[in-house]
Amino acid sequence: MSHAAATRPARLPGTRGREGGLSFGLDVLRAEWTKLRTVSGPAWLLIATVALTIAVSAAAAAATSCPARTVCPVDTIKLSLTGIQLGQAVVAILAVLMISNEYSTGLIKLTFAAEPRRWAVLAAKALLLTAGVLVAGVLAVGGSVLAGHLILASHGFTTARGFPDLSLTSGVAVRPAVGSVLYLALIALLSLGVAAIIRDSGAAIGIVLGLLYLSPIVVNFVSSTTWQHRIDRYTPTSAGLAIQATKGLKHLPISPWGGLGVLALWAAAALLAGAVTLSLRDA
Amino acid sequence: MTATQAPAPPTPAVAEPAGNDGFGRILRAEWTKFHTVRGWLIGLLVGAVLMVFLGVFLANAQIGCQNNGVQETGPACLPKVPIGPGGEAVQDNYYFVRRSLTGDGSITARLTGLATRLQGNSGPAHPVGGPLGPAGQRVTLPWSKGGIMITASTKQGAAYAAMLATGSNGVRMQYNYTGDIAGLPGQVSAAAPRWLRLVRSGDTVTGYDSINGRVWITVGTVTLSQLPRTIQIGLFATSPTFVRVSNFFGGANINASPTTTTAVINDVRLTGSTPLASWTGIDVGGSSQPGPPDIGGYHQAGGAFTVTGAGDIAPLEPGPGSNVPTATISQNLLGAFAALIAFVVVACTFMTSEYRRGLIRTTLAAAPRRGQVLAAKAIVTGLATFAVGLVAVLFCLTLGVAKDRREGLFVLPVSPLAEVRVIVGTAAMLGLMAVLAVCIAAILRRSAITITFGIVAIVLPFLFSVIGVFPASVGDWLLRLAPAAGFAIQQSIPHYAQVASISAPGGGYYPLSPWAGFAVLLVWVAAAYVLALVLLRRRDA
Repeated sequence: MSHAAATRPARLPGTRGREGGLSFGLDVLRAEWTKLRTVSGPAWLLIATVALTIAVSAAAAAATSCPARTVCPVDTIKLSLTGIQLGQAVVAILAVLMISNEYSTGLIKLTFAAEPRRWAVLAAKALLLTAGVLVAGVLAVGGSVLAGHLILASHGFTTARGFPDLSLTSGVAVRPAVGSVLYLALIALLSLGVAAIIRDSGAAIGIVLGLLYLSPIVVNFVSSTTWQHRIDRYTPTSAGLAIQATKGLKHLPISPWGGLGVLALWAAAALLAGAVTLSLRDA
Repeated sequence: MTATQAPAPPTPAVAEPAGNDGFGRILRAEWTKFHTVRGWLIGLLVGAVLMVFLGVFLANAQIGCQNNGVQETGPACLPKVPIGPGGEAVQDNYYFVRRSLTGDGSITARLTGLATRLQGNSGPAHPVGGPLGPAGQRVTLPWSKGGIMITASTKQGAAYAAMLATGSNGVRMQYNYTGDIAGLPGQVSAAAPRWLRLVRSGDTVTGYDSINGRVWITVGTVTLSQLPRTIQIGLFATSPTFVRVSNFFGGANINASPTTTTAVINDVRLTGSTPLASWTGIDVGGSSQPGPPDIGGYHQAGGAFTVTGAGDIAPLEPGPGSNVPTATISQNLLGAFAALIAFVVVACTFMTSEYRRGLIRTTLAAAPRRGQVLAAKAIVTGLATFAVGLVAVLFCLTLGVAKDRREGLFVLPVSPLAEVRVIVGTAAMLGLMAVLAVCIAAILRRSAITITFGIVAIVLPFLFSVIGVFPASVGDWLLRLAPAAGFAIQQSIPHYAQVASISAPGGGYYPLSPWAGFAVLLVWVAAAYVLALVLLRRRDA
């Protein structure tokens, strides 16, 4: 007993910093993992991401066909990844709730008491969120591409007519597929950062969804080509989804990886701003 | 013990029979909750500002034109658009071979051919798209027109009635630009001629058609108000721009070619007082399309005529098919989507915050009739959103229409009634969407999921049909069935079946008529309200 009592003080938060960088993560990470694992919400949201993404992708593929003897300027790979448009909303909910739920229940005070380095809490959340979304993203994208592969070939989009082979071994689909998985993860991180700044779940999800869905609509109504170009290049969804394009790459407003890079900058900026506000503000 | 036997304080008994006054009290309580939370007021304001910013300031157009060789922009390019008898902007360009008719009379003719050809590459400047084929190529244009006409004058926008054959819509009786009555079906040819007749009697004109010149069928009788005593009567041909839209995933290709149509007309007979001895031809309105100047004309050999014309006689519709750079008042309201995101957030959190903070127990303890609480929340949110939305709509329209004119866009006129419907209807639509959000929030109780659900239900159907995620047919069905159908109330210019324009939500057209779309939204609100009411009563708070 006395031995145990003697070692306890060494594990107090104030002294833990001396133990070096490696020990940072594990405790925080385990704590965050426990929070995620022991409620049913996050798992259901990840399942919903997979299911909705595949469902919308399959519906989009089923609704498109290319009759014989017509020219169809369809980017079949992009088409079979349509579901990402909806899946990203579910990912955003998951990300926002990871922070906002703690604020709404007051748990955040306990979390920060246990781990005073608030950026570490955010980092742990970001790490677990990324891992979860990557797993769900692989399933969602894999299912979508498979659905497109099965449906589109029977709708006139055959390799004999020059449409790309949608199986992931063909190479053409790899960059859009891998990119879409990364896209979902980056959207999750962007949402997490926004939630860290805003705290309130309602306002945070409103801002995130506004960021995601307004720009593609607005770009259709803006008649100034300069502004269209700017929106296509610098807004998270328009730029990020360039990663799905396989046709007319020369005419894209931004290159596929460049677009994903823009989204990564958004996510990084949001996370950084989130970490700074968490540290400066009272919980 | 003695203390508990003392008479109970009478306060609960007093509050109970308050009745209607009780609801007023709940309403005031909900209003107090609403307007004392700064975030919600800021949310409404953010929505209104977004709406004005996106609808008015981001939508920039700069119309350029050549006036006598000088490049000009903005108001100098504002086109002169004729206005029809009904007050709507019209296209009125056709070739007319006419005589004047004083008093009552009639015209009868036999139409034996209607041929449409593509004009050269010098297509209209707006829209820019490739031509559909080489000049002179024969095409079937659904709404090419040739036939007989009675018109008040040869000024553009004059009242008229016409019996005409079309490329693939059979014989029609058309009048005053918007009126269209179907006559005999089928394409006209030498083997299948069509006899057409118009009879004027005072202000009324009756149209007949026949397949043999002996048995006549009345197509319609129309009244052209204040028709002058002396009018113009004769033969005409006109030919709208051939626009083909090929939709594909992610966008649409628009190809356009101006066309000419030649009508072959025989056995022209007139009755009544037609003092002018011979026929004269006139290119009414000139060609609406910059092209070869000799596109209109006619040849006469005895009673046989060939009349060639280009243009259209129809209401002017916005969108890429139009020859004139136009704007609708509704285009300034497109920011409503952005506003709705903010409004939905406010409406949802107004309900869900009750659950989050446990305030709902206090609320329901103070007002045990839960239906009244839901009603009060719906009324407060709906009215507040309506009021803010109304102000935003008025800002959008006053600023936006003035800006459109400065940029050289012709703003299509609408009747005062339609304008009121667009203004009040848009604000009411925003209010109803907020009520829908309150109901969804009462059902789901969790703010993040509620808000996502609300925004996805409202925005995604529109997004998917606008950016062409789904083919147009699927997108149209989404806009018929989803709550987003309510946006149809913004449509200011009706779509006429006899005008081959491109009707897309981006151009201010919706698959449902304004009130039908509004009704779909009402059904959603009613269904959500009932479900919310049942759940609120059954569930523990």
